Amino acid sequence: MKIAVLSGKGGAGKTFAAVNLACVALEACYVDCDVEEPNGHLFLKPLNVWTQRVSVMVPVFDVEKCTGCRVCVDFCRYNALALARGKVLHFKEACHSCGGCVLLCPAAAADYSTHEIGMIREGKSGGVRVLTGVLDAGEATGVPIIRELAGRMPKEEICVIDCPPGSACPVMESIKEADYCLLVAEPTAFGVHDLAMALELVRLFEKPAGALLNKCLPGENPARKLCMNTGLDILAEIPFDLETGRMISGGEAAVLKSPFLKAVFLGLLAKIKEEMQK
Amino acid sequence: MKKLVLLSGKGGTGKTTLAGAFIKMADSKAYADCDVDAPNLHLIAALKTAAKEEAFFGLEKAVIDTEKCTDCGLCEAVCRFDAIGGGRVDAYFCEGCGVCVEFCPAGAVAMVPHVSGKTMLYADGERVFSTARLAMGSGNSGKLVTEVKKRLSENMKWDGIAVIDGSPGIGCPVIASVTGADMVLMVAEPSVSGMSDLARIVKTAQTLRVRIGVCINKWDLGGEMAEEIEQYCREEGIDFLGRVPFDPAVIRELNAGRSIAEAEESPAKTAIKDVFLKAVQILYEQ
Repeated sequence: MKIAVLSGKGGAGKTFAAVNLACVALEACYVDCDVEEPNGHLFLKPLNVWTQRVSVMVPVFDVEKCTGCRVCVDFCRYNALALARGKVLHFKEACHSCGGCVLLCPAAAADYSTHEIGMIREGKSGGVRVLTGVLDAGEATGVPIIRELAGRMPKEEICVIDCPPGSACPVMESIKEADYCLLVAEPTAFGVHDLAMALELVRLFEKPAGALLNKCLPGENPARKLCMNTGLDILAEIPFDLETGRMISGGEAAVLKSPFLKAVFLGLLAKIKEEMQK
Repeated sequence: MKKLVLLSGKGGTGKTTLAGAFIKMADSKAYADCDVDAPNLHLIAALKTAAKEEAFFGLEKAVIDTEKCTDCGLCEAVCRFDAIGGGRVDAYFCEGCGVCVEFCPAGAVAMVPHVSGKTMLYADGERVFSTARLAMGSGNSGKLVTEVKKRLSENMKWDGIAVIDGSPGIGCPVIASVTGADMVLMVAEPSVSGMSDLARIVKTAQTLRVRIGVCINKWDLGGEMAEEIEQYCREEGIDFLGRVPFDPAVIRELNAGRSIAEAEESPAKTAIKDVFLKAVQILYEQ
């Protein structure tokens, strides 16, 4: 069972929820798809970590064979190719690895090569397998790393997918394989606005979903209102608490220290399982 | 004109909270929200006038004409994005490269314009606010960010500080928002996650050769990590602009659709003002 944790807004508590959900599941796989800023490993502190670099395909050109015909330059819709002094130049930052230039070159001057954009790390934290994608600084997109992570997710055990913020293509890639989406909401106007966007995305992909209301304050909660108005089930609520904040700041998995939070996350996991059986 | 971009790496550290306050403190007549896949600045800094909305066309997407299609499967074989299956193109996964069009022997595939979001430009007198919203699950966020900035530059008639709210992360929308900036102010969160993410966004900004400043928001929620962040700035030779305390007044104002700058004096307001004045000093000493 794959549970994706997302929120739209950053800092709502995605990593907090995903890490602690994986911890109470005991045997689970935690997958950090927030490859631009992966943080789950800071809390889970996996051991025996091995690393594998992730590459994308980029073209390489044989200047001897290149006739400067411009076929590839005119074809490339990403403006990743240019012609200088009759020879082709490639800008790998703009390249989407479509392979068009290699396939279309009439002089067979282009060939496939690889360019490293980041890595995948895998380790073990107790019973939790920790898979982390990491994008290199200066690279434009982590989507190929997310795809690589998706290919490594186990089918049987509980798999918790920590998604990036926002609602653009990296989030879509991250929830693609999910059986269930947990939306984490914070009780601010920003949090609610972005929760609505995240909800729109999961409904677009027809994923079953429920909400975790995080950092709840006394009084009216605009996130609860949104859930009521949109028919989104509230699975659990966590109050705003300075001690929880301190544990998160220091990089501790809160369920290991707080019996209250352990009970909350056990209840949350049970509810998600129940929802999935419906 | 000076362009000040707010970034953080990690989400939810307070970029928009500070951007909203800076706009009021500078009485800025030009500002933009470049967090196109979760824009929030309009919630506290919208102008009273209606926005001029325009559809944003990203890259074209492939469409297969089922009448002409012979089911040969060649398009599926050449597509590197796994966007084609069962004789149709999934627009969410099509990255618009056009390879399938070139290889279709039946001429059944065509590229068609695709709306990837919308831009919104508010103008009230000489005040302009440029923002946008990316379509759900869409790519092209870097392109849309560039469009937001272009519309701001084209419409502003002001020579002060343009405040630009950025997006979390370190990828294409962030890189697009930093291009052409006079200074980037990183809003850090005092936690192990905040520290890790700050180091990654600083590294990214350094490769783009832009002036960097750092401040810490809600610093008292993680005093030890705040120390560590300041230490990191000293070691990296980065300007440290100050610490902003956690202050419930910020959430109260924000939920009322206002920035903290519009509230009564409060600890966060005072601290944000101090950070702002230091940023101004750096911007104009260059």
